[in-house]
Amino acid sequence: MDYSSLLHMREELSLLGVMIVLLIYDIFKSENGKTVFQIVALLVVAAHTFANIVPRDAFEIAGGMYTYKPIHTVLKSILNIGTLIVFMQSYSFLEQPENRIKKGEFYFLTLATLLGMYVMISAGHFLLFFIGLEMASIPMATLVVFDKYSRKSSEAGIKYILSAVFASGISVYGLSFLYASTGTLYFDDLATIITGTPLEILAFVFFSAGLFFKIALVPFHLWTADVYEGAQTNITSYLSVVSKGAAVFVLFTLSVKVFAPLAGQWKPLYYVLAVASITLANLFALRQQNLKRFLAFSSISQAGYIMLAVISGTPLGMASLVYYVLVYLFSNLAAFGVVSVVEQHTGKLTIDDYNGLYRSNPRLSFVMMLSLFSLAGIPPFVGFFSKYFVFSAAAQQGLYVLVFIALLNTIVSLFYYLKVIKAMFLTENETPAASIRSSLPLRLSLIICTAGILIIGLLGTVFETIGSMSFGL
Amino acid sequence: MGESILTASQAYIPLEAYILVSLIMFFAGVYGFLVRRSVLLMLISVELMLNAADLNFAAINRYLYPEHSEGFFFALFTIAIAACETAVAIAIFINAYRNLQSVKVNSISTLKE
Repeated sequence: MDYSSLLHMREELSLLGVMIVLLIYDIFKSENGKTVFQIVALLVVAAHTFANIVPRDAFEIAGGMYTYKPIHTVLKSILNIGTLIVFMQSYSFLEQPENRIKKGEFYFLTLATLLGMYVMISAGHFLLFFIGLEMASIPMATLVVFDKYSRKSSEAGIKYILSAVFASGISVYGLSFLYASTGTLYFDDLATIITGTPLEILAFVFFSAGLFFKIALVPFHLWTADVYEGAQTNITSYLSVVSKGAAVFVLFTLSVKVFAPLAGQWKPLYYVLAVASITLANLFALRQQNLKRFLAFSSISQAGYIMLAVISGTPLGMASLVYYVLVYLFSNLAAFGVVSVVEQHTGKLTIDDYNGLYRSNPRLSFVMMLSLFSLAGIPPFVGFFSKYFVFSAAAQQGLYVLVFIALLNTIVSLFYYLKVIKAMFLTENETPAASIRSSLPLRLSLIICTAGILIIGLLGTVFETIGSMSFGL
Repeated sequence: MGESILTASQAYIPLEAYILVSLIMFFAGVYGFLVRRSVLLMLISVELMLNAADLNFAAINRYLYPEHSEGFFFALFTIAIAACETAVAIAIFINAYRNLQSVKVNSISTLKE
């Protein structure tokens, strides 16, 4: 048999290579090698990111089971950058004495989930898609319990794995009915066969529940805050950005390609989910004191905004979705970077602990302020542009009420984002958190995020490039 | 051995019976997941749901689309994935038991707003 067509899966093979190299290095490294392991890992992942950044021509292998579109490269590169930033932020956490022995595992498991997301993004068949989904969520559960001796992590791990398995159980059951109704599970074939019979609608609803769980939209969000709080902060940031970005993209392609004949059904469904996610998550975020829970609810409401792009179902929607994920990545990872470094050095995690942070840590406070402004969508920062594109994609389809509700909610969100900024800059505090000297990779990651927040919005070419590849989906 | 394969009309057990069994299994799983207070029993309930889907796939493949074997493969892969999930879940439970001294859901309630 000829396996040479598998060589086309360049991103996956390259990532697999990175994983194997790191695994072997981790197992056989000498006493000496332990100190440079993380540097090597960062360099290898960076090399992988750069090697796969140029889009290729579209193709498919294995009879359409694996498909490739140029936009996949864009999304995979975004996920790569996110992973790289998370790795940089985890550097000092993994150098702590109790974690030093687990360094290799952290990298391997994280890259394993990334590989799962790659497969999920490029899948052209529900079997491959399901395998990718599980490849992304099973190692994720082990990452959540990375801190083996913490009660909170154990609890978060139980909650995550049980809800993930429950969601995938419902998903697979839905797929079995889709198979009953159509007799195939290839995306391309399904698009022509699905007519919108009640069985297909049932199948779609069951199946999409699993994806909604991954994205953490409102009725499916109950695990989010607990898992985000219980998991180690760097893993939380990975979960909130990279894992979510991949799932949203897949939801879009599936809705537009495979379930296009059911658009009359999924549009109202997504509408309700988007409104519920944005509104309820905002209301819950208002009363959070723990910053990780706060960012959890903020990320749920951000997912609601991304749903606006999914509802539109147009190439503009696709472009704005990918752009939103990119922007959200920089903004959220900057916020999580600051939270993690403050937690690591002072153990403080509530909003009150951030009172007067500006006095002792002006630069960290500044980065945090930029990222929160960007998440809220204040004009000069990039978060404004991403929200603008998402809103215009929805408005183009005549969804003015939805856009209006989302706009009202940005005002609500401004309140809680500004609450943190007020604590850092305006509230007087006799004993602010001690001055922190963060590690070099973390500083570098914050610089990258800040640059992203400040510059990407002003570079029109970024959106144009993504937009030019979104046509034809 | 082509002639030994029964067609749908010759088959003794109708497809509906399989679907009914899988439906009962699935919703028993959902019920168990929501009602059981021990995480192990919850995991068993979820496995029941996944197995219901496997049964569906196999039966539908056999009765409706016997010319391909997509459904069988899907069931096979689902079984493998379910095994991975169980392995990881039980590892997490054992670790949790060491930390919390219990695997009852009532005692897993540190994380709350």
